[in-house]
Amino acid sequence: MKRAQKENLIKGFFCLFALLSIFFLLGIVIVLFKEGLPIFKVTTFKEFLFGRFWYPTYEPPDFGILPLLLGSLWVTFGALIVAVPLGVAGAFYISEVASPKKKEFIKPVIELLAGIPSVVYGFFGMVVVAPLVAKIFRLPVGLNAFTASLILGIMAIPTITSISEDAISAVPKRFKEASYALGANKWETITKVTLPAAAGGISTAIILGMARVIGETMTVLMVAGGAPIIPHSFFEPLRTMTATIAAEMGETVVGSLHFHALFAIAIVLFVITLSFNILADLLTQRFRKRLG
Amino acid sequence: MNSRKVKELVGFTVLRLATFLILFALFIILYFISIRGIRVIDCQFLTQMPSEGMTSGGILPAILGTFYLTLCAICFALPLGVAAAIYLVEYARQGRLVRIIRIGINNLAGVPSIVFGLFGLAVFVKYFGFGVSILSGGLTLGILILPIIIRASEEALLAVPQSFREASLALGTTKWQTIYRIVLPSAISGILTGSILGVGRAAGETAPILFTAVTFYSIRLPTSIFSEVQALPYHIYALMTEGTHPECQVPIAYGTALVLLFLVLSVDLVAIIIRNRARKRKW
Repeated sequence: MKRAQKENLIKGFFCLFALLSIFFLLGIVIVLFKEGLPIFKVTTFKEFLFGRFWYPTYEPPDFGILPLLLGSLWVTFGALIVAVPLGVAGAFYISEVASPKKKEFIKPVIELLAGIPSVVYGFFGMVVVAPLVAKIFRLPVGLNAFTASLILGIMAIPTITSISEDAISAVPKRFKEASYALGANKWETITKVTLPAAAGGISTAIILGMARVIGETMTVLMVAGGAPIIPHSFFEPLRTMTATIAAEMGETVVGSLHFHALFAIAIVLFVITLSFNILADLLTQRFRKRLG
Repeated sequence: MNSRKVKELVGFTVLRLATFLILFALFIILYFISIRGIRVIDCQFLTQMPSEGMTSGGILPAILGTFYLTLCAICFALPLGVAAAIYLVEYARQGRLVRIIRIGINNLAGVPSIVFGLFGLAVFVKYFGFGVSILSGGLTLGILILPIIIRASEEALLAVPQSFREASLALGTTKWQTIYRIVLPSAISGILTGSILGVGRAAGETAPILFTAVTFYSIRLPTSIFSEVQALPYHIYALMTEGTHPECQVPIAYGTALVLLFLVLSVDLVAIIIRNRARKRKW
């Protein structure tokens, strides 16, 4: 009996550690709300989310995050234009076209692309891509939404490619065999059978890529130009939610309205990425069920 | 050639081209940073203190700072992550609890790095009073890499054949004895390789340490875990955005970026190669 009790104790002990992730996640939520909610004593939720001006240090200050929110959505959209075609095409190449030998080379290389720190991407964007963009489009400076989108797009590719590739590999072989048996060639099978069957998994990949991009901080901080105004074109500088937090938190006084406002931005950011992740989770489950 | 064949050829070419572009992007980044970074890297660059307000000298404090932060993060995350993985693989039965734990791990992995920074600032720096320090930054990075460690450990534990456990249990051992004596020793190399990926991640992150650990310019090396430090990723950012002598600072930033890239990518590459080999292994 004693032995069984001891075993149960050990099991409970390990269970506590397994619960730690949830504990940390809850901790993050509590901290964000505790430090973020006080801002709504001086502004309403609507004014905060849809206010057109972000002048946190003016007197009186303006805490409208619409320009920052739009900035984040803008570069995320731009990044997807780059990352989705390349990433999904890359996934199809790896799983359907490449020889096993090439596959064994390409997959780790794409993993390495994911391993490059975001500050290095930002640095590369500043010293190589931005001057190039400025030259090609005849702009005074190349630090704008276009450059940021381009680089964020490259950063999102590994996420999209590797998850899409899993989805494509999960399509049962018999689907393809049936297609070949009907006389379809490899390309027709890819576009008419594999792609529709893997579409659920590929959309998960895209959503997770979006979550990655919208939460990305250093790259946009360094490359996007930093102006907290509502963007009108890809060739204007803009500022995202993440970049605002990173750039301004160092200068605020702990407990000031500005401090609380930055935490409130983090709440918005957290809610967006959390819903992307939960959506991706739900889609994955449906996808698995459908393919049996 | 009929039109179906042409279509197939065009389609494959597009796929091939896209993949080539992806690989080319990696190549271009590595190329520029290596070519321009290698010029400033020499023995002095790696082993000396920065001088003249960051416009010359070496990056020793940043290298050491990144080392300490990463060490602190892994010391925190490895035991917690392995313990969580042991529960999930060895003890838990599929059910609601496991489902919730998985949602927790997945979502923790998806939290933006800057949010971890705010969490670290509010909890470690302010609430626990650790200040801006190696400890605060290391713990923040530790929570950030926890999901990576858990997943790697799970994969390693799952790779241990069921027959090992059955053989041990058949000898009359308890579950814990089986885990401790049989499963863990078999899985340990897999756990460690997977965790290396966490090291690479922790070493390269900037946003989480921005308000929790780093300082731009220090003339002394850190003396305890409560010291602020310089760190390689932050050093690159600071060189590019602060200071008034870009003509001296950009070359140093190239050198720093090359050192960081070399550290992170070689660590990743080793982990990936060992892991891929382990996946093929038959016990």
